[in-house]
Amino acid sequence: MEIITSILAGVLFATAIYNILQKQLLRIVIGTALLSHGAHILILTMGRLKTGQPPVLTEGISDYTDPLPQALILTSIVISFGVTSLLLVLAYRTTKENNTDNMEQLRGNENE
Amino acid sequence: MIFAVLVPLLIACFIPALSKLKEKIHTGIFVFFVPFIIFLYFVQFVGSDFSPILEQYSWIPSLGINFDFYLDGLSLLFVLLISGIGTLVVLYSIYYLDKSERLGHFYVYLLMFMSAMLGVVLSDNLFVLYTFWELTSISSFLLIGYWHFKERSRYGALKSMLITVLGGLSMLGGFILLYVVTGTTSIQQMINQVDVILSSNYLPLILGFILLGAFTKSAQFPFHIWLPDAMEAPTPVSAYLHSATMVKAGIFLVARFSPIFSSYEWFFIIVSVAGIITLCWGSYMSVRQTDLKAILAFSTISQLGMIMAMLGFGTTAAVFAAVFHILNHATFKGSLFMVAGIVDHETGTRDIRKLGGLATFMPITATLAIFATFSMAGVPLPFLNGFYSKELFFEASIHLEDPSFWSQAIPYLAVLGSIFTFVYSMYFFFGTFTGKKNLGQLPKKPHEAPFGMLVSPILLVLGVILIGLFPNMVNAPFLQHAAEAINSNAEFHKVKFWHGWNSPALWMSLIVVALGATLFLTRSKWQGVYRLLPGKVSFNKVYDAIVANVDTVSQAITKYYMTGSLKTYMSLILGTTLIVSFVFMFISDGFAINTNQLADISFIEIAVVMVMIAAAIGTIYMNHNVAAVLVLGVVGFGVAILFVIYRAPDIALTQLVIETVSVALFLLCFYHLPKLRKSTDSAKTKAMNAIISIGFGTLITLVAISAHSSRWFESISDYFVENSYKLGGGDNIVNVILVDMRGLDTLFEIAVLGIAALAIVGLIKNKNNKGAE
Repeated sequence: MEIITSILAGVLFATAIYNILQKQLLRIVIGTALLSHGAHILILTMGRLKTGQPPVLTEGISDYTDPLPQALILTSIVISFGVTSLLLVLAYRTTKENNTDNMEQLRGNENE
Repeated sequence: MIFAVLVPLLIACFIPALSKLKEKIHTGIFVFFVPFIIFLYFVQFVGSDFSPILEQYSWIPSLGINFDFYLDGLSLLFVLLISGIGTLVVLYSIYYLDKSERLGHFYVYLLMFMSAMLGVVLSDNLFVLYTFWELTSISSFLLIGYWHFKERSRYGALKSMLITVLGGLSMLGGFILLYVVTGTTSIQQMINQVDVILSSNYLPLILGFILLGAFTKSAQFPFHIWLPDAMEAPTPVSAYLHSATMVKAGIFLVARFSPIFSSYEWFFIIVSVAGIITLCWGSYMSVRQTDLKAILAFSTISQLGMIMAMLGFGTTAAVFAAVFHILNHATFKGSLFMVAGIVDHETGTRDIRKLGGLATFMPITATLAIFATFSMAGVPLPFLNGFYSKELFFEASIHLEDPSFWSQAIPYLAVLGSIFTFVYSMYFFFGTFTGKKNLGQLPKKPHEAPFGMLVSPILLVLGVILIGLFPNMVNAPFLQHAAEAINSNAEFHKVKFWHGWNSPALWMSLIVVALGATLFLTRSKWQGVYRLLPGKVSFNKVYDAIVANVDTVSQAITKYYMTGSLKTYMSLILGTTLIVSFVFMFISDGFAINTNQLADISFIEIAVVMVMIAAAIGTIYMNHNVAAVLVLGVVGFGVAILFVIYRAPDIALTQLVIETVSVALFLLCFYHLPKLRKSTDSAKTKAMNAIISIGFGTLITLVAISAHSSRWFESISDYFVENSYKLGGGDNIVNVILVDMRGLDTLFEIAVLGIAALAIVGLIKNKNNKGAE
């Protein structure tokens, strides 16, 4: 199963990067969202899939799934949410200020 | 000795204040005493019973870098030249530079240079030597660019800076290697470890690096090009730096390291070849010049080549001749520069084509010039020191240690170079002081220089004559020690004017005079040769092309990849990462697949994964806003379902909530943003993007599988499972980790959210007008 989720992570990365390489600002934001999904799947896979019960202590059970990657993913989800929402608002403002959402037209000043 | 080195720097601190008085007292008068006192201080060491002195002052002991000053015969020769000629040059500059000039700047730079030069020749520590070496480059740069309002001055200053610093840095490389090989920073201790250095694998590198430094500083072929352009400096500077002192720093360096390298065959080959080529090329090019100082510049180049060649020969006679010529060259070249300065000062031009017949107006200057030029030419007269050293040079070139083909050629080349030396010397004198008077062409009416200006060249020419009359006067107390410092076998050498008719060197001198006179008289007939060689070949053009191309090429490279397009940067970063990662994975054989520890595959997982893959690919093709968000949502919720399947309740919950909020946020934004469009990229760009993204996806997959297959040690999570309740007091292990075991992560994750929220508020609330920056 790990091989399949690895492939899933790979596909998520590939589509994320394809989106990031596009010109439209929104596609780039979509790409970053996909990228974080891919990264989370990757962390989960690396912690081994499914070797026990959910990591909540219960009488009589000693076999749990690895709790550490889950804690890491939880942190990461929150952070990527914050970044994605900021990016969205940034995209919104950029588009409003410059009247374009085409990255090729957003090039700054000639002499910067 | 440390005071001798540092006094000029100390005095330099007071010069700006003293130069305020310049209307009453010329600033140079204060400065004059500095080199004079240093000169007097060092004169006391002259004597036949001289033995080296070492003085040590701590600077950075932990790195072995200390102010170690070592005074042996070689340093003494240079120290006396620097302070002695320095005194005369300051004296000359008092009359040469008008009070309206920025005298404070001039003398600060000059004193800085003096300190640096004394430091170079007295340092026993490699890195202190290097420090002073670069200080000479910097102060020389400042002095050449003294008249900074002139474009040519700035060009000359920059050129000399670039070339000498290039050499200086390479020399530093050589020094570091020497330090690595020997483990000491003291030159004298290195000389004791000659065997270690000679058997080192780095020897060719060390020699090459150090010689590059010496050759650039001493204007050896083909690095001589900076010296003629440095003639834009005021004449006292040219006389001091570019004839007597700084350009001999390279000579000094070669001489200083001679005891280490002289038994290495490449030292002989490189140094003597470079020297001989420089001698011939410099004297050949000098005949072509029309500017008095340019003639002297190429003449300096050629004479330095001659000294360098003698150091390369390395025989006892050659080393003595080299030392002797260092002294002689300083006397006659210093006075010639001063003569050129006087001519310039009193007639307003240095162009030899406009000058002529000045002997009647300037009898004293002309007399000085005749002695100095004839000495430079090596005319066999018993009162000219140049002849003795030239004859010694011929002697040395015949008696080389290993008679190979190249060594056979050296005497002929030496004669060839000397013939041209004779021609330009005669041209310099007769072209300026005899012949037709073109008073109409001169900017000023010529007249004799003030006496103060003549004192320095008179003293130098007296030196020429005195050494000429009594060539052995300075040998035993002075030059002998210098020669011994270079070659410890140097035996006492008696210089004689007359060696009898059997002496081949005499015949070589006579050939030089005969052929030189013929060539000089028929000069107009063969001048066309310069159209063939160098013709269009010019090292200046090469330098200019390099400087210009470094600019344009680096600009072109930067423009090529710094396009301003984010997409290009992303492609470059990702493409590089891809190539590097794949190459290294193949080289290190990093791929590994181990199927032992895999979890089982169930139908529901496969179904979710398939849906997610389809949705992820779908995001690329969705051209409708809402559809794109929903497809993205499918991926997010798919992730949540996977979390559920893999027994991660907390993150599944978080993922569900966050995904819902995200989708809502996306929808909100899409309401305000332009519609998604179909990609307008060309097929080629699309293919490129596809290659990069698929490549990257493959890389991630391969890395993930390989990493999972080669697990080196067990997880530390058992600790968390065991202690979650005991230490944290909670059943939910993930939550205990988040707030207890690794609470710091959570703190800053909250900070991230807070900052993001603040930033969003700021972005929405602060609506500055466009363009308000």
